[in-house]
Amino acid sequence: MSERVVEVRGLRKRYGDLEAVRGVDLDVDRGEVFALLGPNGAGKTTIVEILEGFRTRTEGEVGVFGRDPAASERSLKERVGIVLQSTGVDPFLTVRETVELYRAAYPRPRPAGEVIELVGLAEKANARVRRLSGGQLRRLDVAVALAGDPELLFLDEPTTGFDPAARRGAWALVRDLAALGKTVFLTTHFMDEAQTLADRVAVIAKGEIVAEGSPATIAGRDRMLARIRYRAPAGAPAVPEWGQEALPDGSFLLRAEDPTTMAHEVAGWALERGFSFEVFEVTQPSLEDVYLDLTESEEGEP
Amino acid sequence: MSAGALLAAQLRATNRSFWRNPAAATFTFAFPLVFLVVFTTLLGQGETVIGGTSFDNSTYYVAAMATFGVITACETNLAMGVVVARDAGVLKRVRGTPMPPWLYLSARVTHAMLIGFLLVAITVAFGVIAYEAQVPTGIDLVRFVASLLVGAGCFAALGLAVSGIVPNAEAAPAIVNGIILPLLFVSGVFVPIGDDAPSWVNTVADIFPVRHFFDTMRDSFLGTGSFAWSDVGVMALWLAIGIVVAMRTFRWESRR
Repeated sequence: MSERVVEVRGLRKRYGDLEAVRGVDLDVDRGEVFALLGPNGAGKTTIVEILEGFRTRTEGEVGVFGRDPAASERSLKERVGIVLQSTGVDPFLTVRETVELYRAAYPRPRPAGEVIELVGLAEKANARVRRLSGGQLRRLDVAVALAGDPELLFLDEPTTGFDPAARRGAWALVRDLAALGKTVFLTTHFMDEAQTLADRVAVIAKGEIVAEGSPATIAGRDRMLARIRYRAPAGAPAVPEWGQEALPDGSFLLRAEDPTTMAHEVAGWALERGFSFEVFEVTQPSLEDVYLDLTESEEGEP
Repeated sequence: MSAGALLAAQLRATNRSFWRNPAAATFTFAFPLVFLVVFTTLLGQGETVIGGTSFDNSTYYVAAMATFGVITACETNLAMGVVVARDAGVLKRVRGTPMPPWLYLSARVTHAMLIGFLLVAITVAFGVIAYEAQVPTGIDLVRFVASLLVGAGCFAALGLAVSGIVPNAEAAPAIVNGIILPLLFVSGVFVPIGDDAPSWVNTVADIFPVRHFFDTMRDSFLGTGSFAWSDVGVMALWLAIGIVVAMRTFRWESRR
């Protein structure tokens, strides 16, 4: 039986007239990598900071390891690691001194060298924090969060501002953490990040969860029609009526329930007439398509 | 790790960080000594009469700059350090860990007070060597140490209180200096206040703790015989006010 690590019921947060979080339910089980995916301003950071105990809630029930994070209990903080967008460390200490300082506050910390190695900062262990690049600072943030060997790790937009190589590095790190059995609660506005890392995704828009599920099946993604796009070269005969729609660039888009048969038919038709398509591609709807569908349909609301 | 060991670790880290920030460390230590030389050179030829006894101005300024050093270290530096750490997200980071918040702040306060004591020691040593200032003995030494302890605590508490009022690091120097510099002047720390000064100057100086601290430091250091424990009482009152205000206004995150 899996153990519930995070449990949220009917969570609401109002800032004056603005309701940033409007009745959110969430569950995260032990060992899961959970991603809260949504555009900027959707309420992700507010939810995470309530779970971390930095913010109070207006309404609803919140449990982290069955405790209320708002109580700010030391015993709860000992089990949780936090990587926020808005935290920092002393610029004049070295990487090693910083990790040593924070691990001292935990009952069963990981060795400092091991944590620094894990985030890939071994070469910078004796460098002052102020000499680190933005990406290295972020990794130090993760190292500090890991210093106490937490069971649950909050990562608030961990790769925002990273170059592609740094992102891949960060993703590898999250996978390592998952392999260690850590529960990871991640927020991101990158679809590929949620798709690559998460066991389960919840899409949030305007303070409400609009879809939840595995990255492969969320919002019926697995049941959506595949797309076949093709473009005939100049002088080719007109394509027959398969129910395709004409796109502005001169190509055609066809949605197919059975893409294998349909692609075979379209390609066969061209080959029989002695030509090849200039463009021919078959795609499953991406998480991005689903996400844009879900978050854009919210745009019209007041 | 026990609370004591954790406090020591945090104190060591605060101290390392302080000395590795050349601007902060240099100015904290340079100002009182440079001012001591400047004031003594410009105004040190004459004598100051306190309670019917006259004292060399140079000795007067050793006590004055020791006072100034404690106020710089405990109020100005502590307030600025806390605001900068808050803007950088360090305070928020600390609050997300099991480190007790009071322990983190205790380390910062203790460090500020220790720097203040070190400044007093250096200023006095410099005064003894360069200006043949007399070091207090006996009851005056007891008074001097008591005044120093209560005064340092008082200005550290006020430093924490001020940090809660300052919105961000950019505004910190203007607000912190804007509060403390006028008080240093009306309290006679830089230039002795003569008998012909307007009465409001003395009234303002009576209300705030700077003059009371300076009086106790000066009277015990010079042995004027006019040391008053009531001045220490006023500082203790301000210490309490500082703690209450700090508890009400202290913020872990910057507001922009």
